[in-house]
Amino acid sequence: MTTDILIIGSGGAGLSAAIKAKELGCDVVVATKTLPTNANTCMAQGGFNASNSDDVQTHIDDTLKSSRGIGSPVMIKTMCEKSNDALDWLLALGVPFSLDDNGKLANRFMGGSTNKRTYYAEDYTGLKILQTLYDTCLKNSITFKENYYLLNLIIDEDSKEVSGATFLDISSGEVREIRAKSVIIATGGYSGVYNGFTTNGFGSTGDGIAAVIRAGGIASDLEFVQFHPTALKKSSILISEAARGEGGYLVNSDGVRFIDELLPRDEVSRAISKELSQKKEVFLDVRHLGSEKLSHLLPQELKLCKIHEGLDMACDLIPIKSVAHYTMGGIEVDQKLQASRLKGCFAVGECSNAHIHGANRLGGNSLLEIISMGLIAGENASNYTPKKIEKENNQLLKDKAFINAIYSTFTNQINFYEKREFLGKILYHNAGVIRNDTGLKGVLSALRQMQKEFTFMGISDKSKEFNTNLVDFIEFGNALEVTEMILVGALHRCESRGAHYREDFPQTNDTFKSHSIFYKVDGVLCAEFLKESDCSTTASLHKKSVK
Amino acid sequence: MNIIIKRFDKYKEPNSIDMSYPVFEGLTLLENFLKIKTTIDPTLVFSGVCRSGVCGSCSVMVNGKAKLACSYKPKNGDYIEPLGYHEVQRDLIVDKNKAHYTLKTSHSWLNGEAKVENSPKVTVQSDCILCDSCYSACPVLVVNGDFLGPFALTKVYRYTLQSNDNKTSIDAIQKNGIWDCTLCGECTIACPQGIDPKMDIMNLRSKSVQSGYNDPNFTNMDFGFGGFGFD
Ligand SMILES: Cc1cc2nc3c(=O)[nH]c(=O)nc-3n(C[C@H](O)[C@H](O)[C@H](O)COP(=O)(O)OP(=O)(O)OC[C@H]3O[C@@H](n4cnc5c(N)ncnc54)[C@H](O)[C@@H]3O)c2cc1C
Ligand code: SF4
Ligand code: SF4
Repeated sequence: MTTDILIIGSGGAGLSAAIKAKELGCDVVVATKTLPTNANTCMAQGGFNASNSDDVQTHIDDTLKSSRGIGSPVMIKTMCEKSNDALDWLLALGVPFSLDDNGKLANRFMGGSTNKRTYYAEDYTGLKILQTLYDTCLKNSITFKENYYLLNLIIDEDSKEVSGATFLDISSGEVREIRAKSVIIATGGYSGVYNGFTTNGFGSTGDGIAAVIRAGGIASDLEFVQFHPTALKKSSILISEAARGEGGYLVNSDGVRFIDELLPRDEVSRAISKELSQKKEVFLDVRHLGSEKLSHLLPQELKLCKIHEGLDMACDLIPIKSVAHYTMGGIEVDQKLQASRLKGCFAVGECSNAHIHGANRLGGNSLLEIISMGLIAGENASNYTPKKIEKENNQLLKDKAFINAIYSTFTNQINFYEKREFLGKILYHNAGVIRNDTGLKGVLSALRQMQKEFTFMGISDKSKEFNTNLVDFIEFGNALEVTEMILVGALHRCESRGAHYREDFPQTNDTFKSHSIFYKVDGVLCAEFLKESDCSTTASLHKKSVK
Repeated sequence: MNIIIKRFDKYKEPNSIDMSYPVFEGLTLLENFLKIKTTIDPTLVFSGVCRSGVCGSCSVMVNGKAKLACSYKPKNGDYIEPLGYHEVQRDLIVDKNKAHYTLKTSHSWLNGEAKVENSPKVTVQSDCILCDSCYSACPVLVVNGDFLGPFALTKVYRYTLQSNDNKTSIDAIQKNGIWDCTLCGECTIACPQGIDPKMDIMNLRSKSVQSGYNDPNFTNMDFGFGGFGFD
């Protein structure tokens, strides 16, 4: 199959890019590993940040501040200045944002924001955005390839130009390729590597990031993972910030309030983790709000507590923990969102690191990023003129051979599901909210062991069609690659900054006011730190590739 | 406690068997599927993404009624099978392409310009998660596989409220659409999001009449009036 623009991932980022590229006259194919509307974007409740001309500078300042010195002023300015246009664009497509009593768009405060600028559609902001984008894609006859699982990018070794990607067609079990003039990766974040300890949906394993690393591209800042303070203890389902915003308390098993609930997410998460490490339990207490108020303010939360914990928020304490929620790191891109060291390959949304969120993300800025940057990615990819497209390439054959090998030579003597669960657990406890040298080294050596054991793992299901055992296994392989980068970054960043907290280095140290950069040379992971000024020129990134 | 899952594999003989699995108590049905897959039987195939009732991927039939697996706690003896009126691909996974194609046939998107002031009128309709539960409950699909079905019609209604240019979508829902619905309300009962497709369809009928369309059932009756033999 051949198209002008291949978009991988159907979240808000992928669909915005698709609509833009189509509008510019390109043929567009969106490939996604599930069905189009199943992306993580649907889960966002809180809202979408947009600033008017009076507020835009403050929005820039808030975002920069939250990035703790490693956000790019240029990219942040671009995003904030385009935020109102992005909101208007969504409104024009028919996203029904909530209105206030005067019929004006309603907005609210989010933690870390100086002004009220978070627009929402009840507590279903992401859902309504995603569904409306999908409807618009159907209107514009955009082609979807669902159940298409990205395996690898098709890249010309000499020119580093990307001319498509290979996929496992989950429904048939065949490996197929889609060729394109340019490719946009929009595969979402990697919080899912914290298996069992994440608010994200299944499959947030950073597949796109792993594919870029394998293709010779760069990933950056992977150690920056935002932990959300209030997820349900058993299921890790998110209880929104609104519960604290509306006056909910956090108490430990002694009934003591141990932290100001309204401090930034990373501070609250650390306080919760400290309590839990002292073998105490932590609870969200909203009982004093009363059942009437709760059913009005937090209807989704009431329902989720009932289903997942069997508890009634109006009468019971709700046991919680902090879990992985948003990943700031990702595919290193230049200011045109083109993946560094690669050509004709763009990355956008949570999978990318456009140096917007830096060391910590401001609530509401992610939905803004996926739309505003999605539109830019769609435009830049449309304007890209490939050098050569019809070149011979053996990626398809390699990937067919790999899938065949999983069926025939991977021994499946070790159950990877057990390893996946174990990795999630040790990662959460040692590379989670609070980190230190010993813990990180311990997980890294366990991880390297799993990488060695990979061929002794494998699949029990040998069917071809809808083999989700196979999909889980390939995802696990990607998770191992991504996790290695998280750990190496966290280990070498001997300081605390934003969401990355080292108890052995609790201070911010400006020798680390830079980005961790990851790439592979002959299959071996290399890492270094680069200053913002060196990244933004990208010349130095390209130069380093000779190493 | 056990649940029974109807397994399906078109390459096996027989295609379909009922298998019993222990229930992991306290967990949702989706978490049970996951536990079964990771600890008992890796060949069990199901869909599920968000775990919190918004992605619409995990709906299955429990004792003949559509449920989101992530929002349901299984009980002893529950019988789990794939959604109805969808082709089963494997185990609990169904092909949603045909059902979702109704969105295209019915032009369920914004035509014309958005009336932002009408957003509050579509709060409920725009909560749709495309879980296909309503489609799977609709009796019309037994007799007419081309029926546009409840969720597409609800979406059309949503967009007619948000726009002032609705001719194409109103035109598109006359055939195999609003007049084929029996107004039985099964879709409304099945919807996990509290959407009322039946009511939306009734509203679309009024809008269609305002646009000059007639109820074809009524017209037929009208035609044959003389032959009804009322006297
Ligand atoms: C519970 C929750 C609440 C949130 N609330 C907010 C909020 O209020 N405000 C805010 O700004 N942000 C919020 N966020 C963050 C925000 O929702 C996400 O960062 C954003 O939606 C990511 O969008 P995306 O398009 O980059 O990726 P996603 O929506 O994650 O989409 C990724 C897409 O890539 C596909 N994909 C992945 N791997 C492959 C592969 N190998 N092959 C093919 N396809 C693949 C997936 O199937 C999916 O379609 C929240 C996140 C969560 C989890
Ligand atoms: S009310 Fe109409 S659309 Fe809904 S289930 Fe009954 S026949 Fe189907
Ligand atoms: S209308 Fe309700 S039942 Fe039907 S697809 Fe939408 S959410 Fe599901």
